[in-house]
Amino acid sequence: MSATPQLPPVARLEQKTVVDLLSKGRRIDERTPENYRQIQVQLGLIEKANGSAQVFLGKSKVLAGVKIETGEPFPDTPEEGVLTVNAELVPLASPSFEAGPPSEAAIELSRVVDRGIRESKAVDLKSLVIQKGKKVQVVYVDVYVLDHDGNLIDAAAMAALGALVNSKVAKMEVKGDEVVVKGGHHQLPLNNYPIAVTFAKIDKTIVIDPSLEEEQVMSARLTVTIDKNGDICAMQKGGLSGFTPDEVRKAVQMAVVKAAENRAKIMAAAKG
Amino acid sequence: MPEPKQPERLIDDKGLRIDGRRLDELRPIKLEVGILDKADGSAYIEQGKNKILVAVYGPREAHPKHIAMPERAVIRCRYHMAPFSVDERKSPAPSRREMELSKVIRESLEPVVLTELYPRTTIDLFIEVLQSDGGSRCAGITAASLALADAGIPMKEMVAACAVGKIQGKLALDLSDAEDKYGDADIPVALVPNAGLVTLLQMDGHLTPSEFEQGFSMALEACKTLHAMQREALKKKYATMKEVAEEKEEAEVVA
Repeated sequence: MSATPQLPPVARLEQKTVVDLLSKGRRIDERTPENYRQIQVQLGLIEKANGSAQVFLGKSKVLAGVKIETGEPFPDTPEEGVLTVNAELVPLASPSFEAGPPSEAAIELSRVVDRGIRESKAVDLKSLVIQKGKKVQVVYVDVYVLDHDGNLIDAAAMAALGALVNSKVAKMEVKGDEVVVKGGHHQLPLNNYPIAVTFAKIDKTIVIDPSLEEEQVMSARLTVTIDKNGDICAMQKGGLSGFTPDEVRKAVQMAVVKAAENRAKIMAAAKG
Repeated sequence: MPEPKQPERLIDDKGLRIDGRRLDELRPIKLEVGILDKADGSAYIEQGKNKILVAVYGPREAHPKHIAMPERAVIRCRYHMAPFSVDERKSPAPSRREMELSKVIRESLEPVVLTELYPRTTIDLFIEVLQSDGGSRCAGITAASLALADAGIPMKEMVAACAVGKIQGKLALDLSDAEDKYGDADIPVALVPNAGLVTLLQMDGHLTPSEFEQGFSMALEACKTLHAMQREALKKKYATMKEVAEEKEEAEVVA
């Protein structure tokens, strides 16, 4: 069952400071409402993974790794490879994360990141078929949150995309009834590069890329995931309140602009 | 029940959909209020082939006690699909999808409930999808609002929800199962009409910003239509109660 979350008492004390500052157009970390924190992307840190990426979003730190194995396709999509995305809120990342079965927040994070990648058709699943209906490549994207300072959705989505961009697939071939390694690798074929852009509503102001302090006092949150063409491929609203229709429309316009900027950072990291 | 095959097309030459609807037409909707005996409040919705029951228990003592909040009621929500509600049997264990939907449905209703009136209690919402036909989270929200009202829980107003999607490149209101499955996009929206607050907004698929804008506006309008239907359903319940009371009174006078 999903229950109203408890708010840490410190957040209630900080609420006034954050709101007062915002009424003057300022944020607690001196950003403007439309500015992201610094984004750093490092690719290929994990040698044993097919691809990996570590993203710093301010002090938030997320590592994503891709493993690609051979497996069976789903019966309803015999001509497509399989993609699974999972996110873990690792207990070392925050005092509020606990070991054990995935929390509601972890499930939502996984599903929002998954939706962006899946719905934008980022991974070319058709290219992952080894033997139609029998053997395909299975792409596992595992997102590991290592330090939680807010806006995990955007950081996780960027890390997942970075890891996919960084991924190599072993060449396979069918010999008789068996699938064997042919030797050599090629780049995992991607068709799209989705970027999630998250907004928080604090009092009457909308800010982009909320920090943890801001998330704890926000009334609502909206994520808009934008593909390489500037189109929308996923959205998710969260939080205890809502947005006016105009706030939603403005957020969508802003997301298109910001997504292009953030995507450029990942592509730059990929070029080295 | 065999799984239906993929339809050849979702819109015919006359611009009508597989179930004969126009693009901007809702499915037939039936709303009933107060249909469970033990629950503090309950509602039932049929929207297309969706059949969804909602029960509200509370405000009641928080259990376990540590989940209670000192200054407000805790709202708890469970969206659950019956194993027989879909084409292929669904395991009764809660899936990740159901857990996400429980969360977004709860969040869509939080802003309207006057939780500060019932500190240290819980208000529990149980949404059981008996048959699913696309748009069940929205139908669940529409019915849950009615069940909360039926429980007599003070609310600012009811929340109404409806999805808009894209099928064969065209925006269409209130997608059915097949349209959702073979369509290009789906946007579930919940609206608190008088406050003008969007409390549920999700999207998956592919939409240009201008398609989104158009679809979003269609969904908001549909939410307003649904809100009027919710009010009628509530009124109907009290009208029936009044009739029964009057008949009883007459019978007493005669005796």
